[in-house]
Amino acid sequence: MATDKPKLAVHKFSSCDGCQLALLNLGEPLLALPGLVDIVHFAEAGPNSPNQAVDISLVEGSVSTPEDIQRIQQVRQNSKLLVSIGACATSGGLQALGNFANRHEWMTSVYSDPEKIEVLNSSDPISKHVKVDLQIQGCPVNSTQVIGALRDLLSGVAPRPEVHSVCMECKRKGLICTMVTQGEPCMGPVTLAGCGALCPAAGRGCYGCYGPAEQLNDRSISDRFEQLGLDAQAVLRRFRFIANSAAGFKAASEGLRGDTDG
Amino acid sequence: MAEHRDIHINVPVLTRVEGEGALELDIVGGEIERLNLRIFEPPRLFEKFVEGYERNQVIDMVARICGICPVAYQMSAVQAFERLSGFTPDPWVQRMRRVMYCGEWLQSHALHVHLLAAPDFLGFESAIAMAADYPDAVRRGLQLQTLGNDLIAMFGGRSVHPVGIRLGGFYRAPDGSAVEMMLQRLQAALPEAEALIGWTAGLSFPDDDQSFISVALSDPDEYAIGQGRLISGQGLDIDICYFDSHFKEIQSPHSTALHCELEERAYLTGPLARLNLNFHQLPPEVRRLMEGCGISFPSHNMFHSIVARAIELYFAIFEAIRLLQDYQTPAQPYREVEAVEGNAFGCTEAPRGILWHRYDVDDAGIVRYARIVPPTSQNQGRIEEDIALSLQKFGLDQTDEKLRLRAEQVIRNYDPCISCATHFLKLNVNRG
Ligand code: SF4
Ligand code: SF4
Ligand code: SF4
Repeated sequence: MATDKPKLAVHKFSSCDGCQLALLNLGEPLLALPGLVDIVHFAEAGPNSPNQAVDISLVEGSVSTPEDIQRIQQVRQNSKLLVSIGACATSGGLQALGNFANRHEWMTSVYSDPEKIEVLNSSDPISKHVKVDLQIQGCPVNSTQVIGALRDLLSGVAPRPEVHSVCMECKRKGLICTMVTQGEPCMGPVTLAGCGALCPAAGRGCYGCYGPAEQLNDRSISDRFEQLGLDAQAVLRRFRFIANSAAGFKAASEGLRGDTDG
Repeated sequence: MAEHRDIHINVPVLTRVEGEGALELDIVGGEIERLNLRIFEPPRLFEKFVEGYERNQVIDMVARICGICPVAYQMSAVQAFERLSGFTPDPWVQRMRRVMYCGEWLQSHALHVHLLAAPDFLGFESAIAMAADYPDAVRRGLQLQTLGNDLIAMFGGRSVHPVGIRLGGFYRAPDGSAVEMMLQRLQAALPEAEALIGWTAGLSFPDDDQSFISVALSDPDEYAIGQGRLISGQGLDIDICYFDSHFKEIQSPHSTALHCELEERAYLTGPLARLNLNFHQLPPEVRRLMEGCGISFPSHNMFHSIVARAIELYFAIFEAIRLLQDYQTPAQPYREVEAVEGNAFGCTEAPRGILWHRYDVDDAGIVRYARIVPPTSQNQGRIEEDIALSLQKFGLDQTDEKLRLRAEQVIRNYDPCISCATHFLKLNVNRG
């Protein structure tokens, strides 16, 4: 079917599929999507032409095999714009915890025959291997973010990246601060906005799934956590979590350990 | 003369390794000589990640194994930790967890039936393509899926990696007004779900009965979702902590996924297995629909699993309505769960089947070791067995394209994961 609509591809690397659900969970509006773009590749939804040239590629997942590297380079070549979506694609994801450990030992403990399985020594963000035009953090990203970015890009507007922290979303929503009122350790002050302050709204502390905010003051939050009774290990676990290898959180966790992961 | 066929498919399958796969098929002299479902997506090694983390953190970590069934992962984990501590959640918590789980069954089954499986039966490339000819069916599917997602979000803020479940209960109880609105939507959806059962039962199914073992959880009081003993149609009836004495995980040479066998045999887990073993526990209203739909259960035709999903989808709505009626906000949505050292076992019925977890926890509540057996690695042996039988019955002399489509459809009956969506089978044929 020939069409002059912009072409869209959705690619999956090492991931849980949760970020592409930002599209598949749209509900009825999903049916309007083909009016906006020509979806040429989205294996989970049906269309399957991974090597076609497209205007925009959405990429979910982290790079973790030699084959992944080739594939992402191919995707880059075929795409005018490449948008990485989610913690896996923007920072290596939860599975990047393996970057801090001895992956070989891990493989040996899970598989009787680990040599049969070819993996890189790390779980990498897409931007480590190719140029990325836009990154959307979050685990998962949500539909509003993804559709908003698509609309902007399609109309030639540069999407305005989020800069605030989750605290700002709390304020916007008029939520009571759980850290202040309940002494709940909350990563909100150092976490990028975008989720709508879901955790504080649910009466719990933010656990940082949207990754680090632009400017983060990890020292003061660590001190705050210690005042709230967390020991050093517990503070470390809060940074070394969903977005453990995102620059801000990684630096914070290494600062806490006083090591450099050698 | 030998005929060699190499069929390569991309079957991203959720297992411990999650991911992409291929089907290797050699047909020699009109017989299947080799059939391997290869899974080669890189392992994400989740079981190692959770070592050294707190129990409540682990509940949020394991969700990240699967974006389609995060609630199942969270529920198996929380059950394990609570069981270890000898903690029984309050009745309100038990009921609401079941409702939240119904939300996941609802969204996952709706997604599978409409977006993944139906295009197979009706000969479309995708649900979006199907929407032109079957707009109402596709719209109904998307509405039901949204309803399931919203039901999860009512407890967890969002449907993918919800943030509501914690040790001892929920972080927060939904407001009465939200529940009231949800109840109305659920009620309004029941006729849609009923129509869906008829619609799936009216699809045309290959005549393909096979003998296989069904395995599911069984709860004396209800159609098991969030807890129970492990049973099979062949007399197995054990506490989940004895899983290892009967089930064995093996690394097969052609795959990065671990296979799981019950007493050295492949078995089925998932909606059809559940229905086969537990249908007598469905509420009378649901059972009547099942009995009147024209397909008789128990069934040993895997193609009927789409009907089984539709029946469970109806049941999920029915059950959520029952449990949300007379909803009252509790004084406390959770109680503290003391840390106890020991081996924790949890097992629940994920949309795709039994999801078994084991955690070794220290006295400070830190997880020291974990093992997770997801439904797809359990079904993998059965899928291979099924493809072989189905293709033989279908006729190995069929064209490559037809063989490919049939194999795809067989694999999709197991709903291995959303990533196994459509048209993943690439076929290269070398005829000798
Ligand atoms: S970022 Fe989170 S939700 Fe998205 S694919 Fe990765 S694990 Fe899944
Ligand atoms: S609850 Fe957390 S995110 Fe909200 S204002 Fe307080 S510290 Fe910030
Ligand atoms: S962990 Fe933080 S960023 Fe993630 S949903 Fe909760 S509040 Fe939002």
